[in-house]
Amino acid sequence: MAWETVIGLEVHVQLATKSKLFSGSATAFGAEPNTQANIFDLALPGTLPVLNGEAVRMAVKFGLAIGAHIGRKSVFDRKNYFYPDLPKGFQTSQLDYPIVGKGSLLITLDDGSTRTIGVTRAHLEEDAGKSLHELFPNDTGIDLNRAGTPLLEIVSEPELRSAKEAVAYLKKLHSLILYLGISDGDMSQGSMRCDANVSVRRQGDSKFGTRTEIKNINSFRFVEKAILIEARRQIDIIEDGGRIIQETRLYDPDRNETRSMRSKEVANDYRYFPEPDLLPVVVDESFIAAVKATLPELPDIKSKRFQSQYGLSNYDAEVLSADRATADFFEAVLKDCDDAKLSANWVMGDLQSVLNKAELDISHSPVSASALAGLISRIKDNTISGKIAKTVFEAMVNGEGSADAIITSQGLKQVTDSGAIEKLIDGIIAANPKQVEQYRSGQEKVFAFFVGQVMKESKGKANPAQVNDILLNKLKK
Amino acid sequence: MALELKDIENIAHLARLQLSPAEKSEALSSIANILAMIDQMQAVDTTGVEPLAHGFDASQRLRDDVVTETSQRELLLKLAPSTDQGLFLVPKVLE
Amino acid sequence: MATEKMNDALKQGVADLARSLARKDFTSVELTSAYLDRINRHNPDLNAYVTVTGEQALAQAAAADKARAGGTALPYAGIPFAHKDIFCTSGVRTACGSRMLDNFISPYDATVVEKMNKAGMVMLGKTNMDEFAMGSSTETSWYGPTLNPWNRALVPGGSSGGSASAVAAHLCPAATATDTGGSIRQPASFCGLTGIKPTYGRVSRWGMIAFASSLDQAGVLTRSAEDAAILMQMMSGFDPKDSTSVDLPVPDYLATLDQPLKGLRIGLPKQHFAQGLNPEVEKQIRAALTEFEKQGATLKEISLDNSHLSVSAYYVIAPAEASANLSRYDGVRFGYRCDKPADLEDMYKRSRAEGFGAEVKRRIMVGTYALSAGYYDAYYIKAQKVRRLIKDDFERAFREVDVIMGPTSPHTAFPLGSKTKDPVTMYLEDIYTIAVNLAGLPGLSVPAGMVNGLPVGLQIVGRDFSEAQLLNLAHRFQQATDWHTRTPGVEGSN
Repeated sequence: MAWETVIGLEVHVQLATKSKLFSGSATAFGAEPNTQANIFDLALPGTLPVLNGEAVRMAVKFGLAIGAHIGRKSVFDRKNYFYPDLPKGFQTSQLDYPIVGKGSLLITLDDGSTRTIGVTRAHLEEDAGKSLHELFPNDTGIDLNRAGTPLLEIVSEPELRSAKEAVAYLKKLHSLILYLGISDGDMSQGSMRCDANVSVRRQGDSKFGTRTEIKNINSFRFVEKAILIEARRQIDIIEDGGRIIQETRLYDPDRNETRSMRSKEVANDYRYFPEPDLLPVVVDESFIAAVKATLPELPDIKSKRFQSQYGLSNYDAEVLSADRATADFFEAVLKDCDDAKLSANWVMGDLQSVLNKAELDISHSPVSASALAGLISRIKDNTISGKIAKTVFEAMVNGEGSADAIITSQGLKQVTDSGAIEKLIDGIIAANPKQVEQYRSGQEKVFAFFVGQVMKESKGKANPAQVNDILLNKLKK
Repeated sequence: MALELKDIENIAHLARLQLSPAEKSEALSSIANILAMIDQMQAVDTTGVEPLAHGFDASQRLRDDVVTETSQRELLLKLAPSTDQGLFLVPKVLE
Repeated sequence: MATEKMNDALKQGVADLARSLARKDFTSVELTSAYLDRINRHNPDLNAYVTVTGEQALAQAAAADKARAGGTALPYAGIPFAHKDIFCTSGVRTACGSRMLDNFISPYDATVVEKMNKAGMVMLGKTNMDEFAMGSSTETSWYGPTLNPWNRALVPGGSSGGSASAVAAHLCPAATATDTGGSIRQPASFCGLTGIKPTYGRVSRWGMIAFASSLDQAGVLTRSAEDAAILMQMMSGFDPKDSTSVDLPVPDYLATLDQPLKGLRIGLPKQHFAQGLNPEVEKQIRAALTEFEKQGATLKEISLDNSHLSVSAYYVIAPAEASANLSRYDGVRFGYRCDKPADLEDMYKRSRAEGFGAEVKRRIMVGTYALSAGYYDAYYIKAQKVRRLIKDDFERAFREVDVIMGPTSPHTAFPLGSKTKDPVTMYLEDIYTIAVNLAGLPGLSVPAGMVNGLPVGLQIVGRDFSEAQLLNLAHRFQQATDWHTRTPGVEGSN
């Protein structure tokens, strides 16, 4: 019996504002404990919230990017619960009237196929502080620097059908928030955190199974593993005749298992009600128009343009447009050389692997876009072969100078003088009579041996096309 | 929906208030009386009436995204019952 | 001679003191010392102040005297007053009538406090109040009840009873106060004072410890409308730190105090003259109303159809908001923490059980219940709908009349302990005042008669931001009557 996994994701994105959602405290990561927690963040008596306009603009920007309805009048609510890192004893969030309504996200799977996933809503809320349980033997330490940092909670429809789709959705979301510049998206610092609602059902069933919620998964890889292992667990239970309990679970990457968070199960009754210290947030047409004017070209549109303008394949266009910095780099390369396909290959291939190895962002690439364009131009004009280009590129990465300088200093210029190549070939034919015999008797495979010899003798510099032509000519004689 | 002792226990837990048995029964009777007074409003027909959260009709003002606060940690930590290494301390929370 | 001069000074209100100080009849230090002396003698008995800030007051007074000598003093510099202990005062304990905050030294000033400081006013101390402003008698304070100077067996009203008692007993010429359901107007009525609660949003709530955020508003208790006008001028205005603060200019309240009343249409809600109103109080109120008629106003009966539901709606909305506002008192970052908590849960539950008094806990529970799953619509949403009906009633009334008048309270001050057993009886104390908070309107109580030697207050309610008009009406009334000049027989005051 085939099983289907049904997944909905709730993603918390920390917005990249300078100050907190409701106070003028800084939001920088990594400050000394409680140095960014001031009287409002500590919920001192008498303090009041004032909404950060930039957080609203960022939320609206996201909404526009996913084609969502923008809540013209959104309302903040208090979500009440006690926890030491929640200073007011309630989290200010949005329940019934979120700032961003229904929208959608186009995801691309590994096989190149695409799916549209519904986004139910996105709302603004404040982050909690941090509880440090390991520092003291009998106490938990509370650091409230993070308390009040603006979050955008993005809730998907339960439309994802596999762990791979969930990851593709997250990657697309990640790409989008970086494009929009509304978050640094750094999962390791908790700038993007994910809760997954997972259920399973038999293929063909129309009703959803009972779901569990896996809390706070902090990497793409763990999202995939957590969903796979949780789905497996649920299937095993059902196949053994058991029932799934609706509950909150935690993913343990060390043991690759999910486990129940019983402590949080005690009847959560959050008693939401409209936050009386804040008024309804009204977003009018002129506000929306102003935000719209700041929207960059978004990945889906960029990908289409790359295909039509540069004749790239769907795959190449998708890969290059997924990351704004990569796409910008690619277009910067194209400014100085006019081979889109070759540029795409170099950016996605050799450059990307160098960056991966060095764990560098493309914005810190050791080879600039114009330098790479210089290299590509030399391939295009037959100064060097593609193979030699790799050697040149390596030297460029090592900081040995521009492509031209390296080609000259290392004497890597391709030999295109047919007289010189003929002379070389003549020598090789003379020195290898046995192989010449074999070739002429019909063993055409031996041809590769001659090419290899020529390239070896020329230190790879002989123009391969010319080598082929001349060799063929001479051997056939 | 008559108020019962278990309702009192539930709301006292939600509000994190420790109540002695005597306080619970006092709360049961006084809150039941208060709810009876409140329930007078159930008699009025409010179909189609828009709930009113504030006495006046206005919209939220937006603040510029500017850091205006500097650390007052030493002063603020002094207000707390228990601190160490710049952190507020609470009895160990078991996850 | 000197004593006599200062005895006379202690009878002066804010406006008179400004003139006396300008004339250099006495210095601010002399005045402040005289007040501190008087507080010393009478406060142990009345319990109007919970904190007296003598040293700080004398320093502020000396600074004002210096400024005056140098010719740089602001008009009201050097005038003593008191703050209700709900306003955060930097470096001074701000306890809000609660054991929870008994050890809380505020690290910052409320906007109201800042404004008074800037004007050069001299803070004598912090006044007693019902715990977290929850009460109508100032009996729920951790610091014990405040007594009514007119009769020490009676309550001064609440929750601003400390401020009212202090002003009435001449332990200060004026005091700040707050009003969530009647907490300025009812004590004004019980103590023979002028008390104004401005329109919601007129005065900043930053630094004013929250009870019910959508209802709380700061105002003053004084011995005349003129004094109230001076202080409201000082306290009012837009504050970017309070999202519910309204960005409207503050009119010159003193400039319009004397405007004639001719053509004024006064509405008398029939529900405020119905059963439950003490007939003697009604007689005094009716007599006061004829004074307005004499000055050219007309009286008209109106109806506030849903006013009988205001207490019901209020006791859902206020406790609901309070239940969340008071969650921050958890023993983690400031305030009371119980001794030797066994674990986190124990710390929360015992700190809050021991730090809060019975009435506060009761209201937290009522609010928690009203918001809890399954009851939210029946209580909270229903109350918000009723709130809309109440606001609509006022809007309808203000199409026919300019202001609404009636008794502030159905009776005069009641005996200590007489209503503490039954919360509902205590809640009904605010029957005439509470709807004004639900609608966000300005309201004022002015002394308008005496019954058995106790003051009676007349409530005047106006349209949004009509504070100037309310002060004008109260002032005109005080020009024609002397109720506001009556003082209780506290030794040394008359």
